[in-house]
Amino acid sequence: MSIDISRDDALDLLSQMLRIRRLEEESAELYSQQKIRGFLHLYIGEEAVGVGAMRALRDDDNVVATYREHGHALVRGIPAGEIMAEMYGKANGCSGGRGGSMHLFSLERRFYGGHAIVGGGLPIAVGLALADKMKGESRVTACFFGDGATDEGEFHEALNLAALWKLPVLFLCENNRYAMGTAFDRHVSDDDIVNNPPAYGVHSETVDGMDVVAVERVVHNAAESVRETGEPRFVELRTYRFRAHSMYDAELYRSKAEVEEWKKLDPIEQLKERALGATLITGADIETIEQEVAREIEEAVQFAEEGEWESIDDLARHTYARDLS
Amino acid sequence: MTTYREAIRTALRRLLLEDSRVFLMGEDVGRYGGAYAVSKGLLEEFGEDRIRDTPLCESTFVGAGIGAALGGMRPIVEVMTVNFSMLALDQVVNNAAVMRHMSGGQFEVPIAVRMATGAGKQIAAQHSHSLENWYAYIPGIKVLAPATVQDAHDMLLAAVEDPDPVFIFEHQMLYGIEGPFDPKATPSSPWQAAVRHPGSDVSLIAYGGSVHKAMTAAEELEKERISAEVIDLRSLRPLDRPAIISSVSRTHRAVVIDEAWKTGSLASEISATLAEEAFYELDAPIARVCTREVPIPYAKHLEDAALPQVPAIIEAAKRSLGNG
Repeated sequence: MSIDISRDDALDLLSQMLRIRRLEEESAELYSQQKIRGFLHLYIGEEAVGVGAMRALRDDDNVVATYREHGHALVRGIPAGEIMAEMYGKANGCSGGRGGSMHLFSLERRFYGGHAIVGGGLPIAVGLALADKMKGESRVTACFFGDGATDEGEFHEALNLAALWKLPVLFLCENNRYAMGTAFDRHVSDDDIVNNPPAYGVHSETVDGMDVVAVERVVHNAAESVRETGEPRFVELRTYRFRAHSMYDAELYRSKAEVEEWKKLDPIEQLKERALGATLITGADIETIEQEVAREIEEAVQFAEEGEWESIDDLARHTYARDLS
Repeated sequence: MTTYREAIRTALRRLLLEDSRVFLMGEDVGRYGGAYAVSKGLLEEFGEDRIRDTPLCESTFVGAGIGAALGGMRPIVEVMTVNFSMLALDQVVNNAAVMRHMSGGQFEVPIAVRMATGAGKQIAAQHSHSLENWYAYIPGIKVLAPATVQDAHDMLLAAVEDPDPVFIFEHQMLYGIEGPFDPKATPSSPWQAAVRHPGSDVSLIAYGGSVHKAMTAAEELEKERISAEVIDLRSLRPLDRPAIISSVSRTHRAVVIDEAWKTGSLASEISATLAEEAFYELDAPIARVCTREVPIPYAKHLEDAALPQVPAIIEAAKRSLGNG
């Protein structure tokens, strides 16, 4: 497959995807060492979606994500150290240790959170877009959610409301074929998620979520259309999670053969192959990126290790603007 | 004299006039004028952008209110009635209440949510709920129950000004009541309970619609030379525990009136507070006058029998004085 991007873009796409991959691998390792506890949902296999989509957005846009959001947060610009520290539960984490892996937030980066009630972030995205419309901002609110969320009433309600009120929401469905352990054809009546949004008058399209170049192109066009028209759009990103749903998942619901088939489509390997084939990059470039990423992850872990624990005296802090007790 | 609904409308108008970030949304708030005619005329005055009729999707329009608040607006969301608010509970419990804490203090949700509550209109089991305690249970949100015309106005102003999510429960039997109202009066803090009727023999502790029944009971008791003090809780979270304890420390007897089912009610919480913090002040067992633990029936005589009524309050007060 040919590739029509610049060397710089190829290097950045590869670098961003590798940052996610290595952060996730390190997180899994730290989970087994019990440095990270609670739920941990890895994004390995889905990197092209987060990287392509995030690059297609502007700094001033809003992002609402799910509980599988380490990659989105990282590419959005939250420092790896703050993400790692948050997973450690440290005070220097991006949510002060109160959110953990599933609830990464950044006011500065307009990252409105990892949301861990499936579908629950969609109405929030609609409201953020409503605020922007009422204030006359030209911002897009990008809302990530999985195929499982399309089962929820809030998915249909949010599409209806965003279309009815003409709100600048970019609905990004990361279809990784499983709602936790329930396969797509066992939880969705229609074969195709893209058939849903047109019922609400929302433009809908599908892109290969294992192809980072395609993801960026399609999401960029969709985002700019939302910005220009002020109306919502929907993009389905077809992808696959290589790892278990969470660290508790024994993966009894899918075959090893199926996972192996999808691994042949590894978005990082695909990009490497295409960029090398087109002589955009060299093996030495990849080696350099790997070294830089390794250093970044190492420093992130160090930042988390050295972080302070929030004082128990401050337990009630941030429950209200002012302490009520 | 002004009606409760007019007082709310006055507050809405003032907020819409004074703050461009404020808007009202909910089912039938615009062209219909509000299910309880609270927002009548506001669509004509403020337009479609700021008075928004929503589709019937409680979860999503409450969630959108939360999102708009995160986005810098000051939304007022009307969820027609508490009965429908259950469809939006996920957004309340998992988003509005936790956003500030879960984000380490980075994001706040300054939303005001209004809804009608309570029984008494013969609209049966699905439209007569009292679930204020469900909301008052949740740290991260605040809950107000205006019982008077002045409070109906003042509490909405306070709710919109507040940086945290505030839920206002308007008892459906109160929209038509008339009472003294001064739109220019300096509002008292909504987070403190009020003594509506001073007394020295027994404390009648109530909120929302039940305050009026407690007042009637206190007037009846006065004829029998029993001096009852009526405490209007006003705020259900935070609960003004010092005011409750202070009243009971004067009267030494407590009757809690709550239009919720008794089990797990706010009446239970208040009773537990008194048992924990004012046990030695009590001269009699705490009494609770609550709704019978049945779905609210349609037939008038049955509905009346299910709800707390004035005679039951009087009886409980007398019993606590040892002459019931």
